[in-house]
Amino acid sequence: MKKAMSVLLTAILCTGLFTGCAGSETASTGGASSQETQSAQASQAEESEAGASQEGGETVDLSGTVSTNGSTSMEEVMMGLTEYFKEKYPNITVTYDPTGSGTGIQQATAGSCDIGLSSRALKQEELDAGLTETVVAKDGIAIVVNKENTVTELTVDQITKIATGEIANWSEVGGPDMEIAFIGREAGSGTRGAFEELTGTEEACSYAQELTSTGAVRTAVSTTPGAIGYISLSSLDDSVSALMVKADDASPAVACTEETVLDGSYAIQRPFVFATKSDAALSEAAQAFYDFAVSDEAAQIYIDAGVVPAN
Amino acid sequence: MKRILKGNGQNGLAPKTKGTRAAFETGMNLLFFLCGAVAVLFVLFISIYLIVSGLPAIREIGLAEFLFGDTWKSTGKEPQFGILPFILTSVYGTAGAIVVGVPIGFLTAVFLSKLAGPRVAAIIRTAVELLSGIPSVVYGLIGMTVLVPAIRTAFHLASGATLLAAIVVLAIMVLPYIISVSETALSAVPKEYEEASLALGATEIETYFRVSVPAASSGIAASVVLGVGRAIGEAMAVMMVAGNVANMPSLLQSVRFLTTAVASEMSYSSGLQRQALFSIALVLFLFIMLINAALAVLLKKGKKS
Repeated sequence: MKKAMSVLLTAILCTGLFTGCAGSETASTGGASSQETQSAQASQAEESEAGASQEGGETVDLSGTVSTNGSTSMEEVMMGLTEYFKEKYPNITVTYDPTGSGTGIQQATAGSCDIGLSSRALKQEELDAGLTETVVAKDGIAIVVNKENTVTELTVDQITKIATGEIANWSEVGGPDMEIAFIGREAGSGTRGAFEELTGTEEACSYAQELTSTGAVRTAVSTTPGAIGYISLSSLDDSVSALMVKADDASPAVACTEETVLDGSYAIQRPFVFATKSDAALSEAAQAFYDFAVSDEAAQIYIDAGVVPAN
Repeated sequence: MKRILKGNGQNGLAPKTKGTRAAFETGMNLLFFLCGAVAVLFVLFISIYLIVSGLPAIREIGLAEFLFGDTWKSTGKEPQFGILPFILTSVYGTAGAIVVGVPIGFLTAVFLSKLAGPRVAAIIRTAVELLSGIPSVVYGLIGMTVLVPAIRTAFHLASGATLLAAIVVLAIMVLPYIISVSETALSAVPKEYEEASLALGATEIETYFRVSVPAASSGIAASVVLGVGRAIGEAMAVMMVAGNVANMPSLLQSVRFLTTAVASEMSYSSGLQRQALFSIALVLFLFIMLINAALAVLLKKGKKS
């Protein structure tokens, strides 16, 4: 009896396990196939358009694989690029490994991927190791606070002092009497590197929490009244409020939007970089992808992904 | 048992002639041996891999500076790789979890094994089993959304992600291990010991604490060591509630454990930083090995007595 029960329970557990997997699998394939259908529809639409206007949009008969590897922040951008690229070059497969900027640059240097993706400008030593950087887009870094906070604007200098712990209470910058909790990302994160570089706080930040994803920072800020944090513009949503930033005391307060990042008036922004080997030519397929990513055609993709195209 | 005997040699599992049967036996023995060897190989492979990839950074940084340096700035212009804050945090956090978790777990075990009626015991036992089955990320999630804000308000802090939050979460996570192992040890104490004590006029409580618990002491100690192993190796839940700043440990400050030090920086690391993370993993591995050795010694002692 007992044995029968335990066998039954095990069976139920196993079924649960498998249905769980199957469920997620169907969900993901479902997502992929719906994406494919979408892109198929889009390409059909484009083809008919091309048929009418006789320019651009037709598929090109080039085949191969393009491997890209790097920044997790660039995931949305890469998804968009890949999807549209596939319409034009149906026989080229683009792979994307979201491993982080550091790994991406390393892999590009080692030649184990075609294009390394970095969400920070390359360091001199990385350029010296034989890489060329191409800025494809710019991402604004939004300074976010809890919705209850009454502070709406800060200067870069004030942000710097908050980050280093010199300003520790919101009352010092015109807010309520509340201790400041500065929440950021872990060492090595592209967003953190960009924030610290742009505010000049490298190695000087005094964090209350170091979290491992943009979403975690947003959640922590939205649940901590005295919190301030940094996230990329593309992941900004209604759960937190973004501060307006003044480059210095004299300049106007600028909200973090795509327009202000593009025209350069928003002070805290970072580049999205394609890192390629300087001494070796890209494969035909990789070159096609690279050309596509810097073309005017791709501009809308960047905008859709919440970042600003560089050209 | 009967069924197996009857089936042998008749339903085709084992061949009939003597020679093939012997070959079949040897073949199966070899197969079982290979399966057993797989586990050993994995442990060997992981140990060797960790040592090989963990040593270069230690050699480059210097053992003393690595183990006793109090500053961790892995991505600085002049990077510093001192992991003393992580070691101390892991030690304090684990100790805290044990200090909170052991009394509760131990008393629950005594209650379950000696005092509780069968119905109550069944309910508590099921709850404990369920507690051990909850994934650590769920502990982390609830800790992050309930415990961390509660600690923030209770102590008037700017951020509630502190060592204290990690200790509370770890204490809850080690409870099931302490309870189930201690209970097994207590239930294994021969009835005669307790009956003799009761017959001599001791009360029930006196009997349990003066006779049963000392008799089960090595098993209870093993449960504590198991709890230590569990607490020191936990990463996910701790990462979600401790804030992950490389501070020297203090109860109401954000801290980083050995496990979270590896996990939080791995995805974006490169060069010496990445190697140093492997070195941290090696240190953690040695800690766990020590704890397992202690566990083995305790269990052996328990068997002897």
